[in-house]
Amino acid sequence: MAAATRFFVRGASPRLSLSSVCAGTQGSVGANLLKLSPSCVSRIKTHRRHAAHFTYQPDPVPTQYGPTQKMNLFQSVTSALDNTLASDPTAVIFGEDVAFGGVFRCTVGLRDKYGKDRVFNTPLCEQGIVGFGIGVAVAGATAIAEIQFADYIFPAFDQIVNEAAKYRYRSGNLFDCGNLTIRAPWGCVGHGSLYHSQSPEAFFAHCPGLKVVIPRGPVQAKGLLLSCISDKNPCIFFEPKILYRAAVEQVPVDAYTIPLSQAEVLQEGSDVTLLAWGTQSVVKTGRLLISHEAPVTGGFAAEISSTVQEECFLNLEAPISRVCGYDTPFPHIFEPFYIPDKWKCLEAIKKMINY
Amino acid sequence: MFALVANRLCRIPSPSVAVRLDARPFSDFTQQISFDIKKCELHGLVDGPPDSAVLTRDQGLRLFRQMQTIRFMQQKVQQLYTQKLVRGSCHHYTGQEACAVGIEAAIDKTDHLITSYRVNGYSFTRGVSVREILTEMTGRRGGVAKGRGGPMHMYAPYFYGGNAIVGAQVSLGAGIALACQYQSSDQISVAVYGDGAANQGQLFEVFNMAALWKLPCVFVCENNRYGKGTSVERASACTDFYKRGDFIPGIRADGMDVLCVREATKFAKDHCRSGKGPIILELQTYRFCGHFVNETSSYRSQAEVEQQQQNDPISRLRGQMLRTNMASAEDFQNIDNEILEEVEEAAEFAVSDPEPSLDDLCNCVYHNSPSLQVRGIHPWAKLQSVDKR
Repeated sequence: MAAATRFFVRGASPRLSLSSVCAGTQGSVGANLLKLSPSCVSRIKTHRRHAAHFTYQPDPVPTQYGPTQKMNLFQSVTSALDNTLASDPTAVIFGEDVAFGGVFRCTVGLRDKYGKDRVFNTPLCEQGIVGFGIGVAVAGATAIAEIQFADYIFPAFDQIVNEAAKYRYRSGNLFDCGNLTIRAPWGCVGHGSLYHSQSPEAFFAHCPGLKVVIPRGPVQAKGLLLSCISDKNPCIFFEPKILYRAAVEQVPVDAYTIPLSQAEVLQEGSDVTLLAWGTQSVVKTGRLLISHEAPVTGGFAAEISSTVQEECFLNLEAPISRVCGYDTPFPHIFEPFYIPDKWKCLEAIKKMINY
Repeated sequence: MFALVANRLCRIPSPSVAVRLDARPFSDFTQQISFDIKKCELHGLVDGPPDSAVLTRDQGLRLFRQMQTIRFMQQKVQQLYTQKLVRGSCHHYTGQEACAVGIEAAIDKTDHLITSYRVNGYSFTRGVSVREILTEMTGRRGGVAKGRGGPMHMYAPYFYGGNAIVGAQVSLGAGIALACQYQSSDQISVAVYGDGAANQGQLFEVFNMAALWKLPCVFVCENNRYGKGTSVERASACTDFYKRGDFIPGIRADGMDVLCVREATKFAKDHCRSGKGPIILELQTYRFCGHFVNETSSYRSQAEVEQQQQNDPISRLRGQMLRTNMASAEDFQNIDNEILEEVEEAAEFAVSDPEPSLDDLCNCVYHNSPSLQVRGIHPWAKLQSVDKR
């Protein structure tokens, strides 16, 4: 079973909407929310779309990991990779165009600092990149492979699912490629269209032997990525590309890890659980809403939903709600209507509260 | 340097070339000339394309018009992209016009062609109008793919797009060739890919099948020296892409000379049509623009780009025709003006056409009759999906 999945809650102000929903009765809260945000009247925009469909809310400054520095998501990834290359002499980073810094600037400066034998370009061959990465990992080096966009990961699907995931199992623990971490930009970005917007986590979550990790911000990204790299299992680390520049936080400069396979409570409440992992929160609230961009059928929300209803069936006050992408390829011009934004989540919450 | 073959051969320019003639009488212009072209390098072949190409005035003006239309269209797209009226991944063809136009001059309308995401040039040469191309880029309902594809996905009869996943289109192209062979249609398939895709595994799978079954497929490698940000020397152990097919014969041609591309493609087409099987055609070309619109191209120097721009295929053809008196400066100016007008008018349409209606969001996912319901957002939201053009 896939572990350590933290779904980023897309919302204008998660604290505002959560506390409002959890605090009072549904009717007045709904009206208050509508009055607070005049722009919530849905309006079909046919011209330029500049803004993302949410505003990123940074985490408070972490104090337990040492001095911090202002970083956005791609800088926090660079920082994690920098820490890794400094502390682990076997670590290598490779992928398409990583040498000059990568198309999303995640590897800027690393080649100059650590040398061209540790940070190098591969030709355009995803299957080759991952197969090669598995070999590097099996032989004992720390391999950090970059797939340029998650949409391009499919030529490597066989290597990941049939080779990387099953190596330990089929060799009776004699061999493993736990030193392998695959990184890929993931998710919608506003104009990515069919092949620069996909969220393929469900395909890999279905495969025992892999860990799939998706951070929600820079502080989380650095800690989780360092955990993936040190984890003794092959990990796929999907980086929400829409956050590369949009998410800015104070991130610790030194290395630190955030444990995988553990949920994180962002906001306490009593009426609805949004995207919580595990059953405890649903026992308390009785209602669960899960949201992701990937198409709803067979998406990871289905797995969570099924597991939760098995464990807390009698605690449920309403059917578990999934607010996800449509069962279509990720569209070009229809993107604003496709993505499961805060308004659709709000609508689903209202239905659950009123059930 | 060139030989005058004949003067005053053809009677009248063909009606399809709409050129406003200047005051000079028709008979003043050279009607046909044979130009020397660069000798092609060969792999697995004894004879290759000829080292000269015959060009008539009509053909020359047509080739010029096509290349210049692509060029001006790219410039307009850049403007629209900067204004955020075009979104998505937009990959320009500036500098590579001779490849698309030269190939089209050599193949028939009913031959099949498929290419990668750098699709603007081929869309135009394969018959999509400037208006439909620009409108597809802005994502409106008048676009060639009804606004659903965007800048990378354009299609036309006998033109299979517009494919984002690098290398995937080559397997498709070979499949199309198999269909041609199976249906004894005497058509060929042209599968275009780049120097980056040349290292994708599925290409080699497909080379093997095409050679084994003697498929009528021309594999065209547009080698513009960079796979996005990585130069060919740093990506490929062997940069002789025309030799990478090993047991498949190959030709390397100058992709910056439209006549060289045309002759090489003609040769390749005849090779396939005669039942000899597939052939690889490497076109050495260069993109003057970044990998995508407004890219900063930090992986190559501005000096290199400027040096390559000396080799501009459009300037070359114009210069050849002017020097040999095949056309006048006014001819070219008139063509430029007409193209500018066409592009401006198309752009105006592209930004004013409405976007596809929301009803279209779930259409054409499956073939379905009657219509089916598509799940999405949450369990209470279901939309209709209809398979329609």
